[in-house]
Amino acid sequence: MQDGLIVLFLQHLLNGLLAGAYYLLIALGLSLIFSLGGIVNLAHGAFYAIGAYLALTIGNQLGFTSAAILSPLVVGALGVVIERVLFRRFYKSDPALSLLLTFGLAMVAEQVLRMVFGAAPLSWSIPPELRGQVFIGDFIYPRYRLLILSVAVLCVAGLWVLLQRTPFGRVVRAGVQNPEMLGALGISLQPYMAAVAFLGVGLAGLAGVMLAPIFSIHPAMGAEIITSAFVVVVIGGLGSFWGVVLAAIIVGVTKGVVTALGYPEQSEAAIYLLMLLVLLIRPRGLFGERIQRFE
Amino acid sequence: MSSSVNQGRRTALAGASVVAASLGFPAISRGQSDVIRIGHLTPRTGFLGPLGEYAVQAADMAVAEANAAGGVLGRKIELLKEDSVNPQTASTKAERMIERDKVACIIGEISSASALSLSQVTERARTLFINTGANSDELRGKGCKKYMFHIESQNSMYVKTCGRSLMAQGLVKGKKWFSLTADYAFGHDLLRVSKRFMSANGGDFSADKLVPTDATDFSPLLLEIRNAKPDLVISNLAGNQITNFLKQYSEFGLAFPVAGFGFDTALAWGAGRGNFLGTWPVVWHHLIETAETKKFVAEFTKRYGRPPENQAWGDYNAIRLTLQAMAETKSTESIKLVEHFEKGAKFGLMKTREGYFRKADHQMMHEMYTVQALPVNEIKNNYDIFRSSAPVPGPNESLEVIATTSEENECKMA
Repeated sequence: MQDGLIVLFLQHLLNGLLAGAYYLLIALGLSLIFSLGGIVNLAHGAFYAIGAYLALTIGNQLGFTSAAILSPLVVGALGVVIERVLFRRFYKSDPALSLLLTFGLAMVAEQVLRMVFGAAPLSWSIPPELRGQVFIGDFIYPRYRLLILSVAVLCVAGLWVLLQRTPFGRVVRAGVQNPEMLGALGISLQPYMAAVAFLGVGLAGLAGVMLAPIFSIHPAMGAEIITSAFVVVVIGGLGSFWGVVLAAIIVGVTKGVVTALGYPEQSEAAIYLLMLLVLLIRPRGLFGERIQRFE
Repeated sequence: MSSSVNQGRRTALAGASVVAASLGFPAISRGQSDVIRIGHLTPRTGFLGPLGEYAVQAADMAVAEANAAGGVLGRKIELLKEDSVNPQTASTKAERMIERDKVACIIGEISSASALSLSQVTERARTLFINTGANSDELRGKGCKKYMFHIESQNSMYVKTCGRSLMAQGLVKGKKWFSLTADYAFGHDLLRVSKRFMSANGGDFSADKLVPTDATDFSPLLLEIRNAKPDLVISNLAGNQITNFLKQYSEFGLAFPVAGFGFDTALAWGAGRGNFLGTWPVVWHHLIETAETKKFVAEFTKRYGRPPENQAWGDYNAIRLTLQAMAETKSTESIKLVEHFEKGAKFGLMKTREGYFRKADHQMMHEMYTVQALPVNEIKNNYDIFRSSAPVPGPNESLEVIATTSEENECKMA
């Protein structure tokens, strides 16, 4: 019996980690776009939804693998267009304006999805070759979720290398800290903003593809996930890559542990409580950097 | 010095996480007089939005057909449609439809919470309200109203209909149930009703868990279910919750039988091939073998490119029977229609027997069905994914045997 409880606890822990993994895919993009341009992208959830809808549109023709590769690219390209046409005008304006802009954008996107695809959930399943569960003794976990976890880990690793080990990353990090100085050195941030929008929004699209087979695909699915992703960004702190990663893990594990203790209904409330506590103690979030222009 | 900007950005970000959840869209339409106006209010966004879309399409179709046939009492019908969003918005919009647009009646709703607040408005204004999708027994009991009628079945009818199948499968007496319940008015009501059914029939709940209406990830609960090893998993869920639950239940490969007491066909269609499983009660479905059902399914499919689901049936028939009552009473006055319904007027509902509103609580008495998921290899298309029981109650039983008794759910109308 004792063993059974431990196994159950471990399962909830792993499950919490997984929840953290998919928040992370959304939160990393949110954090990147906010850190560099100061845009609070409330429409980020909409890109996640578009990713899911594209996945099944492409997937029905070309299969899951093609959908998983193409959909994030298309969504990322859409992000570049939105950055060029809309976001760019708001980098230097009052944050309330960009908040309104992206809030409106989220509503427009949701309604467009409703008009094109209808309000009813669309059917889409895990491809047969990825179905099934992993058993280790009494321990059980679906294979597909382990795949999502590995995709998230790969994304984190890839993004870290990109930001920390490449000339591109150095410019982006410098841009987060001090865009004026960067300008003075003769480096234009514009192409980097487009690239960051591609990455950030593309990651949301990737999350949409990965979660479409296990979550209901409906026009408001973006609004369901965006709130938790924001919590992760707020807890993690601005400008901190590892802050967001750590926050995603903490949020996920908190959910898992609260559930394991027998309160699944309260697991959602627990992460807001966590956010409150972190903000009381560290108003910049866990690893929030002191960014000159936001101080 | 620039700390206000700092505050602005950070507060904005924190505030964003609160704001992000609520996105709603009003839809406004208006018209002239000398027509009969019907107000249609139902959730078109949010977790019940998928069902609201069917409701609106069916209502449009019913009105278009009626107008093509010359309208009622020599007058055309005009449908005013809005998204009811939540209980507060629903009652505000109902007030406006009644006061400003002078609608003859209000038809619609899916959320039990919104239907309750809406019914208080229509009662004050003495305006007929036909509830097409809210299931709570409470709306027919403590919350019953003289001007409110229910074409949607009450929770007890769902539980007793599905309960018959479960008893036949030996899943009730001496068995342990694990239930998941939508955490709002409808779910709480349904949990109460299903517990009453279980204790009356010698079974028990090993656990009952409340699930927030916007919950998407059921994995923690699925792990709990696997650990509890119940004899039956019961879904008292609603809207998108059901789709998420079905997808993930099949993902986790759990083998416990599944049944539900609240169900909408569109949610099963949305779960995807091989993910729909279990035994579920419905008020109507597109595979019923009657000429009226076949005609409705064919027309709806021609118009909208997909078959209608049960919510479409509710709103379509609510409008049709209201217009029929107007023609029969030669009046659009709510009180005349209420009296007509209370006298036991019969209405064709595309089933084998006609239905009528029971005088005691204004609940439609009609046949129901249970559907059972087909095994994957027997599924031929994305819609015909279940097989149906014969109508419940059977041909020789009173239609009232599946409804609440007055002891179970007392209604005192003013």
